[in-house]
Amino acid sequence: MAEATTELLTTADGRPLKAALAAAQSRAKRRAFFLVLPLLLFVLLTFLVPIGYMLKRSFEHDGFASTAPALVAWFEANPDFDPANPPEEAYAALVQDLARMQVEKTTGLSGTRINYSVPGTISLFKKGAREAKDLTPPFKESLVALDADWGRPALWRGMQSASHVYTAEFYRVASDMKLNDDGWARGEDNERIYLYLFFKTFLISGLITVICLLLAFPVSHLLATLPMAKASLLMILVLLPFWTSLLVRTTAWIALLQEQGIVNDILVGMGLIDDEGRLTMMYNMTGTIVAMTHVLLPFMILPLYSVMRVIPPSYARAARSLGATSWTTFRRVYLPQTLPGIAAGSLLVFILAVGYYITPALVGGADGQLISNLISFHMTKSNWSLAAAIAAMLLAAILVLYWLYDRLIGIDRLKLG
Amino acid sequence: MTVEPRNDAFVAFEHVQKSYDGVSLVVKDLNLSIAKGEFLTMLGPSGSGKTTCLMMLAGFETATHGEIKLDGVNINQVPPHKRGIGMVFQNYALFPHMTVGENLAFPLEVRGMGKDERESKIKRALDMVQMGAFANRRPAQLSGGQQQRIALARALVFDPKLVLMDEPLGALDKQLREHMQFEIKHLHESLGITVVYVTHDQGEALTMSDRIAVFNDGRIQQLAPPSDLYERPENSFVAQFIGENNKLPGVIEELTGDKALVRLTTGELIDATAVNAREKGGKTLVSIRPERVEFKPEMMPAGAHTIDAEVIEVIYMGDILRAVLKVAGTDDFVMKMRNTLWQTKLAPGQKIKVGWHPQDARALDP
Repeated sequence: MAEATTELLTTADGRPLKAALAAAQSRAKRRAFFLVLPLLLFVLLTFLVPIGYMLKRSFEHDGFASTAPALVAWFEANPDFDPANPPEEAYAALVQDLARMQVEKTTGLSGTRINYSVPGTISLFKKGAREAKDLTPPFKESLVALDADWGRPALWRGMQSASHVYTAEFYRVASDMKLNDDGWARGEDNERIYLYLFFKTFLISGLITVICLLLAFPVSHLLATLPMAKASLLMILVLLPFWTSLLVRTTAWIALLQEQGIVNDILVGMGLIDDEGRLTMMYNMTGTIVAMTHVLLPFMILPLYSVMRVIPPSYARAARSLGATSWTTFRRVYLPQTLPGIAAGSLLVFILAVGYYITPALVGGADGQLISNLISFHMTKSNWSLAAAIAAMLLAAILVLYWLYDRLIGIDRLKLG
Repeated sequence: MTVEPRNDAFVAFEHVQKSYDGVSLVVKDLNLSIAKGEFLTMLGPSGSGKTTCLMMLAGFETATHGEIKLDGVNINQVPPHKRGIGMVFQNYALFPHMTVGENLAFPLEVRGMGKDERESKIKRALDMVQMGAFANRRPAQLSGGQQQRIALARALVFDPKLVLMDEPLGALDKQLREHMQFEIKHLHESLGITVVYVTHDQGEALTMSDRIAVFNDGRIQQLAPPSDLYERPENSFVAQFIGENNKLPGVIEELTGDKALVRLTTGELIDATAVNAREKGGKTLVSIRPERVEFKPEMMPAGAHTIDAEVIEVIYMGDILRAVLKVAGTDDFVMKMRNTLWQTKLAPGQKIKVGWHPQDARALDP
């Protein structure tokens, strides 16, 4: 119809058309919503809520704020006190709180909280709390006499910081900062592990992604060009690792790569290396890279395969007939068309690799640990807040990468199969 | 049939055989020579070996046996990119990640051509197919017919000596297809290029070609200009495959020169021209085109045999009337009549006598 009507369109019985349309579709929409509701609830309960809780733990801790009310009140009234020389009232409040902790048995809780930023405070707090009721004024002198550490400016800074429920302390620790007598500063070189491990994790993940891509590309191409029957057989071989327990696969790599393992035995048997010079391929970074590449390879092959399968062979033929060599044909015609698959596979492998935990834990040794192993370490040592802070930083880094990817390649070009 | 390769042939297949599995031959002893500037169509049903021949010429398949020559040079071992043959594919095969201009620039870039020369050639090629304004579009933004034109322009932009087309119009609707047939034909004439065209659409083949090679079962059944192919098929397959055709089985009773008297299985006698059934007493299948069948005595040559026919139905088709007749035991004998003002109107059940010029009835292999 070329003629546009400006008046409100109505149905035969006079209802406005838009309302009638909405009414007609609302039932179907409601039914569709009820179908996705279980998944929505599942995702909400098992994914978003725990992540939200974890993120909250990374900047919230009331271990000291709830157990030392007198000192918290004093810190609130005197935010600008001199940590190098706190006044007598501060010590009086501290002794009052220590005695209270002894009664309420919360010494451990508050000591642990301060211990996160000022190491060695758990025992200091326990000793202080035991003696608190016997201490006499002036409390400053009697406490310092009990243990000189009570006068450390770093401790007072730590207690002031811990008096707030919300704190950036864990992010500072996760960024290799240290609470000194003069405040937060960069840690000693030999103590800076977190950022280094972040960097190393990203580097190794990138390396694994590149190795996976190089290995997966020819395999996917073969799968995409073979006749269906042969391709399905090969596909089973690709998927076989998926159907085997991760633990079994990793153990198989240990059997292969360890110093008395199969690979070394063969190399010695062939005379390529002598018995003393057996290669160390396990319990170091090599082991982590080899085992993780194997585990993650299908995640690269599948998206690549799904993209390559739908590229008609006539494109390559057209390029060849137009005068391009096989290399030019690959570089200028085939490769650009596989980019969505390369991007999807790389993103998938990289993100999985960055968060990988079990393989490095089993075959990585001391040298082959990644950031996830550190997160797990802090969780088992019940420093949940620090673990959460590291995990949150990891999440942020991945989101930044995802954003960059979207800007550079476009997330709509992603093809997962 | 076989044609001995001429010495001046631009493209020549000499005793070419092709097998994919080592058990059966897809192409059986192909001999074909194509002259410079010729428009040759390979026509045949699917699986007849025509596309395989085209792929061997393009270099995507290797001949199992025999030689393929281009301009007198054996190209069996020459890789596709060095053959300098333009090709148009069935699904166009335009690179989806490049614009139209980039698609056309591709063959020129890989030849190391400078930017200025490239642009003038691209412009010329696009103007040639009336697509000058589309250089910056992506193939996905074009309609099927427009993509077809770009594919054509891309195959021509680097001035190839030979252009191969593999069912290029197969995906277009009827009207567009007919339009493009003329356009390709005109391009062929104005550029003077040699074209090898593969299709299974006989109408397309008849409209466009200088010569048509009809393929079946890995062999060329007949190689001839369109009019010869239609009017003088050399065997039953060609007669069946090209156009509509009435077939009457019988036995050759008398043979004088090319003239044969055939007794049909139902006993009637008819006149025919002996083509590849030339044995007295031998079985034959007589083929007659529906538009060459006559039912008015004054239109038949003197002394011609006529046979009885009964009208089963008359179908009105606009320009022609199509009568289905019961003749010599078969009830699918077709006669076409021009729909003119004074045309006799036949009614179902009407008894008539039909006949034809002996030249139009061809006694072929049974």
